[in-house]
Amino acid sequence: MVLPKLIPAAAGAVALGGFLLWTACSNIPEAGFGPRSVKAAVKPENERKSAPEFALKDSNGQTVHLADYKGKVVLLDFWATWCGPCKIEIPWFIEFEQQFKDRGFAVLGVSMDEDGWDAVKPYMDDLKINYRILLGNEQVSDIYGGVESLPTTLLIDRQGKIASIHIGLSQGKEEFRNDIDRLLGSSSSASSRALTSVAAAK
Amino acid sequence: MLPQNKGVLTVAPVDKLTIQRGATGEVKITAQLQTGFHVNSNTPSEEYLIPLKLTWAKEPLQAEQVTYPKPQSEKYDFSPTPLSVFSGTFDIVTRFKAPAEARNGPAIMNGKLRYQACNNKECLPPRTIDIPVTLEIQ
Repeated sequence: MVLPKLIPAAAGAVALGGFLLWTACSNIPEAGFGPRSVKAAVKPENERKSAPEFALKDSNGQTVHLADYKGKVVLLDFWATWCGPCKIEIPWFIEFEQQFKDRGFAVLGVSMDEDGWDAVKPYMDDLKINYRILLGNEQVSDIYGGVESLPTTLLIDRQGKIASIHIGLSQGKEEFRNDIDRLLGSSSSASSRALTSVAAAK
Repeated sequence: MLPQNKGVLTVAPVDKLTIQRGATGEVKITAQLQTGFHVNSNTPSEEYLIPLKLTWAKEPLQAEQVTYPKPQSEKYDFSPTPLSVFSGTFDIVTRFKAPAEARNGPAIMNGKLRYQACNNKECLPPRTIDIPVTLEIQ
């Protein structure tokens, strides 16, 4: 077992500051302690903020940028192998990946395991994870406001903007499914409207 | 990797240990968890869980035995089976031996308590607390 890295107090303060700023700016409930499950409803399009860009390695060593997924609805899940609540949600995400991938949807799991792929790869095999897993780091945690509680799951729309944030074990997978369906559907509707307008103009 | 959380587990100040060279003595660590949280016991029921573990430096004393409390078996929303955990306030007792050749006088014995806490809905990253014990070796 590898002991966690000791983070200097200054870095901790920066992370905390970043998190507080993030919560203030994006309506994420402040990081209180106590049993909770926080689910932000899907925000209206004009209230969404851009998801911070990152570059992380996947289990094949390939570098993955969030921007690679622009045009798709992305479920971005921060998790770890030692996180029990995460283990409940992962089978849901496997199901969503299967159900929605042909409609322009992808799940990205960002593992925050300190032991890296040695811990994560066997776990991926055990749970038969069918979506892309990336190895997270302190930097990505910081740019997302200091991800502290796991699981933390974001739904990102086709324009790369954060539509909703779930902190802690969600109330149920149907909530996620409905939100994904809504994001996929609303974009399709918007595209249809645009196509109709173009056709009408001709 | 994850930012160090504020900490939902606190350790009470540890009593000074006065110990004779060649003799043994005990130190009690009292830990308190914030309501609603638990930590995995030193013997978690699932392989993927991070155990609570108290470790000690190799000197100036020798840690002969670390005794953890009896774990509780608790059921949580996220686990189909009960988990072996500690919650509330609990004590960990360490029996030390002072080597016959130990230097007389004041000293510090450094320990580390590693734990990983969750509540019913979310988990916090593993954390390590430094535990310095003030000694008087005679």
